[in-house]
Amino acid sequence: MMDVSQFRAAFFEESMDSLDAMEAALLELDPGVPDAEAINTIFRGAHSIKGGAGMFGFTDITAFTHVLETLLDLLRSSRIAVTPDMADCMLRSVDVLRSMLGTVRSGVPADAAAVQSVLARLTAFVDEGSAQPASPPVHPDPSGPARAVAAGEPVRWHLRFESRPTLLVRGNDPLRMFSELAVLGDLAVVVDASALPPLVQADAEVCVLAWDLYLTTAAPVEAIELIFEWAEGDCVLKIERQADPAGGAEGAALPGPAPAPPAGMLAQAALPARACESARSPGGADSGSIRVSIEKIDGLLNTVGEIVIAQSMLSQLAERIDGQEGEALASGLAQLGTYIRALQEDVMRVRMLPVSFVFSRFPRLVRDLSQRLGKRIQLVVTGDQTELDKTILEKIGDPLVHLVRNCIDHGIESPAERAAAGKPEEGVIHLNAYHKGGAIVLEVGDDGRGLARDRLLAKARSRGLVDEEASLTDAQVHELIFLPGFSTAEQTTDLSGRGVGMDVVRRNIKELGGSIELASQPGRGTRFTIKLPLTLAIVDGQLVSVGGEIYVVPLVAIVESLQLRPGQSNSVAGECDVLRFRGEYLPILRLHEVFGVEPGSVDLHDGLIMVVEGEGRRVGLFVDALLAQQQVVIKSMETHYGAIEGVGGATILGDGAVSLILDIPALIRMAATRPSTRRAA
Amino acid sequence: MTDAAERRPEQQAGRQVLTFRLGEEDFGVDILRVKEIRGWSPVTRIPQARPHVLGVVNLRGTIVPVIDLRVRFGLPRAEFTPLTVVIVISFDMAGGPKECGLVVDGVSDVCEIAPDALRPAPALAGQVDAECIHGLVSIDERMAVLLDVGELAARELGAAADAA
Repeated sequence: MMDVSQFRAAFFEESMDSLDAMEAALLELDPGVPDAEAINTIFRGAHSIKGGAGMFGFTDITAFTHVLETLLDLLRSSRIAVTPDMADCMLRSVDVLRSMLGTVRSGVPADAAAVQSVLARLTAFVDEGSAQPASPPVHPDPSGPARAVAAGEPVRWHLRFESRPTLLVRGNDPLRMFSELAVLGDLAVVVDASALPPLVQADAEVCVLAWDLYLTTAAPVEAIELIFEWAEGDCVLKIERQADPAGGAEGAALPGPAPAPPAGMLAQAALPARACESARSPGGADSGSIRVSIEKIDGLLNTVGEIVIAQSMLSQLAERIDGQEGEALASGLAQLGTYIRALQEDVMRVRMLPVSFVFSRFPRLVRDLSQRLGKRIQLVVTGDQTELDKTILEKIGDPLVHLVRNCIDHGIESPAERAAAGKPEEGVIHLNAYHKGGAIVLEVGDDGRGLARDRLLAKARSRGLVDEEASLTDAQVHELIFLPGFSTAEQTTDLSGRGVGMDVVRRNIKELGGSIELASQPGRGTRFTIKLPLTLAIVDGQLVSVGGEIYVVPLVAIVESLQLRPGQSNSVAGECDVLRFRGEYLPILRLHEVFGVEPGSVDLHDGLIMVVEGEGRRVGLFVDALLAQQQVVIKSMETHYGAIEGVGGATILGDGAVSLILDIPALIRMAATRPSTRRAA
Repeated sequence: MTDAAERRPEQQAGRQVLTFRLGEEDFGVDILRVKEIRGWSPVTRIPQARPHVLGVVNLRGTIVPVIDLRVRFGLPRAEFTPLTVVIVISFDMAGGPKECGLVVDGVSDVCEIAPDALRPAPALAGQVDAECIHGLVSIDERMAVLLDVGELAARELGAAADAA
């Protein structure tokens, strides 16, 4: 027996994809305008989930999807039309199926009450719909008239089902199909084993049986064909309508191997027509793509990173060889370097996926939430084909959800409020993504009420987060919302406003090597701008030397590097130094003190000051000299050693030596708390 | 014939030990723990590390810490010469398998130690915790201290992780 457990994971992933496609199509459905394409998409999704679930024996999923499928079939054949309630119910079905699939994966049981209630509603719609009189036939009917059977009148069908050798291997079970058939009405089944070889030669995985089935049912022929749709290509199926249910062809107890071809049979014309519809191939994926495990890609990326370093080392060695051969070697290695860097970029791109993967959950979120709050909101999404690294993509989802919820909850006003303010009643939330420099920028904006400066300030003061007398710029007031425990929601709703939000959002983004800022105008709206690196594995860095050590400073953190002019720095209380920079006073952090290194000189005027920023604050780092700028591969310190405060990782330079990468936000925090560099009040 | 066969199982139960010197003292480590033996190469210093953690090196693409055992055991420091050796060991810690390098004066030999050749170490007041020592053995009439490097490294780096 085949081990199907390895296919479970594939079934799960493909089913989740189907559900996403179904949900997207459901959100597109406009009750007034029938959209056959969308209905078909939803139908196909339900159908393949049912088929797959059947293969694994997940009977509850099969049973649920069957009802959904029946409803969709009624819609498909235009017997009923979509109503907003129905669309809603189908969206809830998608949720239910997600949770049922989740049970498959994690064992956590789905909410039985929810499942039952949605199932009941679906069944009600189906019953209502089945009671409708059948519309004129959808399929071309060579048999001519009398296909419009009034509901409730049983018809007798003769089906001839002949297996192809691939039937069982493709996961079809004729017995299961026949059981489903039996649900439709009275069924008699007669097997035709004439093609069976002697038992010693028989192959258990190759089905050579054929069956004649006699079914008396009031169901439309589409319901019959539906049951066998999954086995398309793996069987030869003929369905004929027989003349008269009463006293019909029952007499033909054991028909010969060749089926008697009566006149007016619905030939296989129906089935090939269906075959043209894109049935899901066993491979499952869209044409031209494959699923790859992320470990494989990371392995690739690692190896390529090592090659980059090795090539760099070789290049350096080659430069030390004199003469023609040295030059030839150096130039060959340089060319190799170009190819390797191209390879590296290609491999990195393999890990990148369009941001639509994460944006796609928002139409549903906005729809449900705005309905719940009684607000009217339109979601506009641009740049959703912008690509970013898969790991970043996965982790940016929750922060984005939080921001969008904030916009819906606190940003966009109620329709009445908006009307009173002279705005259109429908608010707009805008999601945008684009590349800029070596980073990707995500924007979440709304045209709502904006941040109320006074309320923010009052709240911060009452929480003791800000001095009573301190005067803050608008930008600084906005930054307050990123402080832990801060929330100005009058009552905390369960969506946001519990005060655990924005600081966690910022921390999550920071862990991805990114940053978040906001801009807001009262009455006009708010916009959050998130900057993320293209990849987690590589950073553009500025090498600096402090004493005999070389450190790497991420370029994104650097504001400016300068040599101190006389009088530009002052010492405060004889203990710490501050630098006058663009109208502010910044503390100076002596890296040689932080890292315990003997510097080239302790005089600030001998070295360089590098102004860096992180989390809205700036600090001047005192270093001996600036060296090269280069792209470095980030290596973890924690694999074999552990975390070091102020150090965000390590890298290997071209000469094979290890260099520590500085964690700028951590250093800035250290500058604020170290006793020897107390910030000027 | 029978005698040798009877004796052989005992010998097979012995362990193989890599011996090395620190100044005048001999030590040994379980060969199964030794991943690699390298010459000395410059290390990159780590801030806020304990004095015997010299820094980190690039071990074929992985960043691995290096511990100076002389410093760790309170012996006077030595100059690093071309003969100085770094023994790279692997050990287990909470986070998974880890590696680190131990700087020693030089490696001597790989010897087989019979299980009954191991003598318990006397309570040593001093730098070496009793838990880090398997015991004392006699090799070529010299006494060597058999170290439990896994325990030793785990303590050093565990402490480092806690302090960070």
